[in-house]
Amino acid sequence: MPQIPNNPWLHRFALATALVTFLLLGAGGLVTSHGVGMAVPDWPNTYGYNPFLFPFSKWVGGIFYEHTHRLLASGVGILTGILALWLHGRAARPFMRWTGAALLILGIANELLLPKRWADGIVSGAAGLVMLGSSFFWPRCGPAAKWLRRLGGIAFVAVVLQGVLGGLRVVLSDDALGIYHATLAQLFFALTCCIALFTGKGWERSFRPEPRPRGSDVPVRGNGEFNLRHWLVGMTALILFQLVLGATMRHQHAGLAIPDFPLAYGRLWPATDPESVARYNERRVEVVAANPITAFQIDLQMAHRIVAALIVAGVGLCAWRAKRVRGVLGAIVFAWLGLVLVQAALGAATVWSNKAADIATAHVLVGALSLATGALSCIVCFRSPEFARDTTVLSPVTAGGPEDPSIAAGPAAAQS
Amino acid sequence: MKTQSFIWVAGFAAFLQAAAAADITGTVTLTGTPPPERPITPLKDDPTCGKFYTEMPTTHFFVVGPNKELADVIVMLKGVSGKSTGASAPAVMLDQKGCLYGPQILAIQTNQKLLVRNSDPVLHNVHATPAASGNKEENQAQMPGSPDLTFTFPAAENFLRVKCDVHPWMFAWITVVDSPYFAVTGKDGTFKISNVPPGKYTLTALHRKAAPTGMDKDIEVKEGETAKVDFTLEIK
Repeated sequence: MPQIPNNPWLHRFALATALVTFLLLGAGGLVTSHGVGMAVPDWPNTYGYNPFLFPFSKWVGGIFYEHTHRLLASGVGILTGILALWLHGRAARPFMRWTGAALLILGIANELLLPKRWADGIVSGAAGLVMLGSSFFWPRCGPAAKWLRRLGGIAFVAVVLQGVLGGLRVVLSDDALGIYHATLAQLFFALTCCIALFTGKGWERSFRPEPRPRGSDVPVRGNGEFNLRHWLVGMTALILFQLVLGATMRHQHAGLAIPDFPLAYGRLWPATDPESVARYNERRVEVVAANPITAFQIDLQMAHRIVAALIVAGVGLCAWRAKRVRGVLGAIVFAWLGLVLVQAALGAATVWSNKAADIATAHVLVGALSLATGALSCIVCFRSPEFARDTTVLSPVTAGGPEDPSIAAGPAAAQS
Repeated sequence: MKTQSFIWVAGFAAFLQAAAAADITGTVTLTGTPPPERPITPLKDDPTCGKFYTEMPTTHFFVVGPNKELADVIVMLKGVSGKSTGASAPAVMLDQKGCLYGPQILAIQTNQKLLVRNSDPVLHNVHATPAASGNKEENQAQMPGSPDLTFTFPAAENFLRVKCDVHPWMFAWITVVDSPYFAVTGKDGTFKISNVPPGKYTLTALHRKAAPTGMDKDIEVKEGETAKVDFTLEIK
């Protein structure tokens, strides 16, 4: 059985990373909701400045949203890097020293060879110095399990890829890249939540097999009737699909394709023949997102509404079946249902408010929480049914110093 | 000597053509009730741009006169291409003032210079988002007081959108025509297309909302006569 370094500070740091990622999602959502994704036309620079040194006096209009998003993204990148390194424990020290030295040399070389880009050299050199210095104070804990270290590595690669995708979306001015950027953002947030879960005390406890609790008569594993695990996975996948639909709608930059709810252009299913679409466009008065709508966009929003109804029904069913599951899993699934209901209300409010930026962004954020909660419920459920209840009989696995025998001896020690 | 003679001949031919050419005039009106214009709330709420306005600014999609005359309609000869004199025509100005584009609707020839001015004390970015192949998407920042930006579009395109991403309510739509035979209706709904060579044509009237794909009318332009053509666009 793989071991987890039960280090409360690492867990808190992972939680903080997930929280800042959530804020970043909000910042990104505001950029798209306000339609200001191209307010800063260059990347990785900001109007020619090193992004960390862009004068605050120039943070006006859409630049404020876009530049804040970029800086927060850099922060999340740094946090994810630290988290990935922390999962390697003391073994990360040599890597940090070498990388820090390399960045420092790069910064000095930049100053000598490209004096006009002096700010880049300073940022690179400062980052190198901080990394080099930190290596001497780096936690001496042992490494996490290999799979968790890999997960940290995947998170880091994902955050870098996400940054590049965001940059390319600006440089290439390609709306389709925005859809990938938005989808990866949701997945990345769910990943950071999972890492926070895996580094927590509860996860460590869940290694200990316990007898199935009495009264937990809902078959978590399949028995042919209702397989809660399958339903949780299915609903989580459906939420991810719904988020992709939502991202596709938002990155059309055409405002609301259907301006009313629960009806659509006054009907249960709107007409999408060319004459009708022309008539809809004729009467649309856009303040922002001035693009004509198409039949495809109307169909897309109808699909989004139908999938939303399926999700509410499906998650409601999961909650109904999980109500007799005591402990964590039942609580998570009920919280999930609450989120999904709030999300449905926010979806309606988005239409009724004519896609007000703050409401549309809240819709994105609760969507992200719904996906992450679905992912966590799946993991908890698959982990073991015992994890679903509040286990208390445990011997603590102490937080990670290098001398911690449970870590040094590996999984067997952790379970002994 | 030969060159000088050629210039004289060419100039004389141009004079003869101009003398033979005629004008097309008319009025565009709107039937039906247009949707109400919307307040541009984000503009009024903007800490910098909002200072320019004491009252809430609104959109101007339907500029309709007292007798239903419709402004901002592009009227042009359809199917006439390759006649552009844009490269030598005077530049057209698009101004950014009060965090709005003015004019919001304009028409230019292919390869005609479009100058974009920033008369505001704030930074704008000028983001041309063409759809026609041949026209290049450009996104240029323009600081307050900086020189005019120059854009040219080599391909014909209706309602090429220009936007400011810093102030996402700012839009202008430019129709690029591959000939000099077009006009944009004023507030009185009238238009005048000058120096059209005699012949049979299809005249089309484009309005971004009421006729985005155009309303066509067949006309004949006779030497020395002014062709009068009126359009009535309908909103359903």
